[in-house]
Amino acid sequence: MSAELELVAGLEVHCQLATRTKLFCGCPNGAAGSEANTAVCPVCTGQPGCLPVLNKAAVALAFKAALALDCGLAGRSVFARKNYFYPDLPKAYQISQYEAPFALGGEVRFKAGGSERRARLHRIHLEEDAGKLLHAVGSRELDCTLVDFNRCGAPLIEIVSEPDLRSAEEAHAFLTALKEILLYAGVSHCDMEKGELRCDANVSLRPKGASVLGVKVEIKNLNSFKAVKEALEHEAGRQAGLLASGGRVEPETRLWDAGKRRTEPMRSKEEAHDYRYFPDPDLAPLVPDPRWIETLKASLPELPAARRARYAESFGLSEYDAEVLTSSSSLGGYFEESVRGLPAEAVKTCVNLITTELLGRLHAEGKAVEACPLAASSLGSLASLIFKGTLSSKLAKEVFAKAWETGKAPEALVAELGLAQVLDEGQVRGWVKAACGANPKAVADLKAGNERAIGALVGAVMKLSKGKANPGLVNRLIKEEAAA
Amino acid sequence: MKISPEVVSKIAGLARLRLTEEEAPLYQSQLGAVLDHMADLAGLGAAAVEPGAGAPGLSSVLREDEPEAFQGREELLANAPEREGPYFKVRKVL
Repeated sequence: MSAELELVAGLEVHCQLATRTKLFCGCPNGAAGSEANTAVCPVCTGQPGCLPVLNKAAVALAFKAALALDCGLAGRSVFARKNYFYPDLPKAYQISQYEAPFALGGEVRFKAGGSERRARLHRIHLEEDAGKLLHAVGSRELDCTLVDFNRCGAPLIEIVSEPDLRSAEEAHAFLTALKEILLYAGVSHCDMEKGELRCDANVSLRPKGASVLGVKVEIKNLNSFKAVKEALEHEAGRQAGLLASGGRVEPETRLWDAGKRRTEPMRSKEEAHDYRYFPDPDLAPLVPDPRWIETLKASLPELPAARRARYAESFGLSEYDAEVLTSSSSLGGYFEESVRGLPAEAVKTCVNLITTELLGRLHAEGKAVEACPLAASSLGSLASLIFKGTLSSKLAKEVFAKAWETGKAPEALVAELGLAQVLDEGQVRGWVKAACGANPKAVADLKAGNERAIGALVGAVMKLSKGKANPGLVNRLIKEEAAA
Repeated sequence: MKISPEVVSKIAGLARLRLTEEEAPLYQSQLGAVLDHMADLAGLGAAAVEPGAGAPGLSSVLREDEPEAFQGREELLANAPEREGPYFKVRKVL
């Protein structure tokens, strides 16, 4: 992109609420993967004469999302019909909110390019999802379109940001922070592969520092964080190219093609926006009781930013460690349980075990923290054994692996495998004397002031002691021996 | 109120209706009559009345989040003009 242009982007994020039933009927929510049309009823297939009734839990989760994102909750919100014809929409309208959404304002704070940034939110509204259309079975193109309404009527919130994002990286960081908050608040499972989090982006370019907005292009079909980043980068390049060659950016809707890694214009027929919104006469306005809102507010858990601040404050964790440990609510929970009762000085040892050994192992085995075979208290014991000097960090790795495989407590494994470090000076001195006797050249080098020669001697002692000699003690005794 | 033939044709398009040459003027006058009626209401001095879309006096009608399996799936599929296995079948859209 040429130096004098800047990217201006806003995101519209659809998030499927983690309720048991759909937004306006008792059909199960989240049956998208089940056999087609098994979670359907007269309401969500648009049969004439049925009436929608709003799901209380969906409203509660939507409000919790708004509270977690610092939005203002509207005292009164209204459902509206968004009219268009498409086979995924059996009523020929989608129930959404238009003029009176339930939440306004709010913000998401995130970190990008090494600095703290924030993007304001414009609004959040409640709406129902559409069904799923099938155009092909495997690679076989169908000569018709098949419709599955399992997802139709699923409860969604649409979170609309202000055009406050200035790069593809910022968009990615914004989404990461937003997803974290939604997960912490228990609003949604946010599984992008299941379509529980979907994103459209509005993208324009303008001279850097200008306050007016350029011509906006809407990009749809962004089904992963990676797609958002790539699509924004690509679209910024495309628009810059048009402007540089004296062309104009057309206001239009484009689709991201993840395979071809480029945006393509949607056919004009699909983007004829004339939705003729009007208030849905079947649904009463939503006027939440302020006491209910207070209850919901009180039920919100500690959110990632607050938790990071607390970890830095009460455990003295680095910004990086605090970020890693709060990346999911359950990992934070695991960490807190593992350091319970641990002396403050041993916390860093515990953090290191989590960020290297534990996360590495979980990642390698494709497991979530919830499925971790090693109890948090066992990890804490292991950190304590290292801290007390019973285990070297090398032996601790061995105990970690055994505890992971067997589920046994680290103390029991240390005893069983005879892995405890040897701190007995007499015993270690014996190994040191033997090592020095066998390596006269290294001893001579060390005497001559070559500090690096100590490595060979330490290695020899470790070999003799089968790794059990305390490294600090070994170093001290070798130096004493060489000085003698 | 007079509605132009272009507006009638646009509304018909949005409603996916194909009007014949005879039907278009008929709808044109009927839609105009609807707007005339609305103008009558506007003339009643109802500015102080809160606009409402549904049954007056109702708000926050909510139900508990309890799944309720619907047993008549076959009937729903049978209502469709065409089906294929468990799917509703429509003309190709892509």
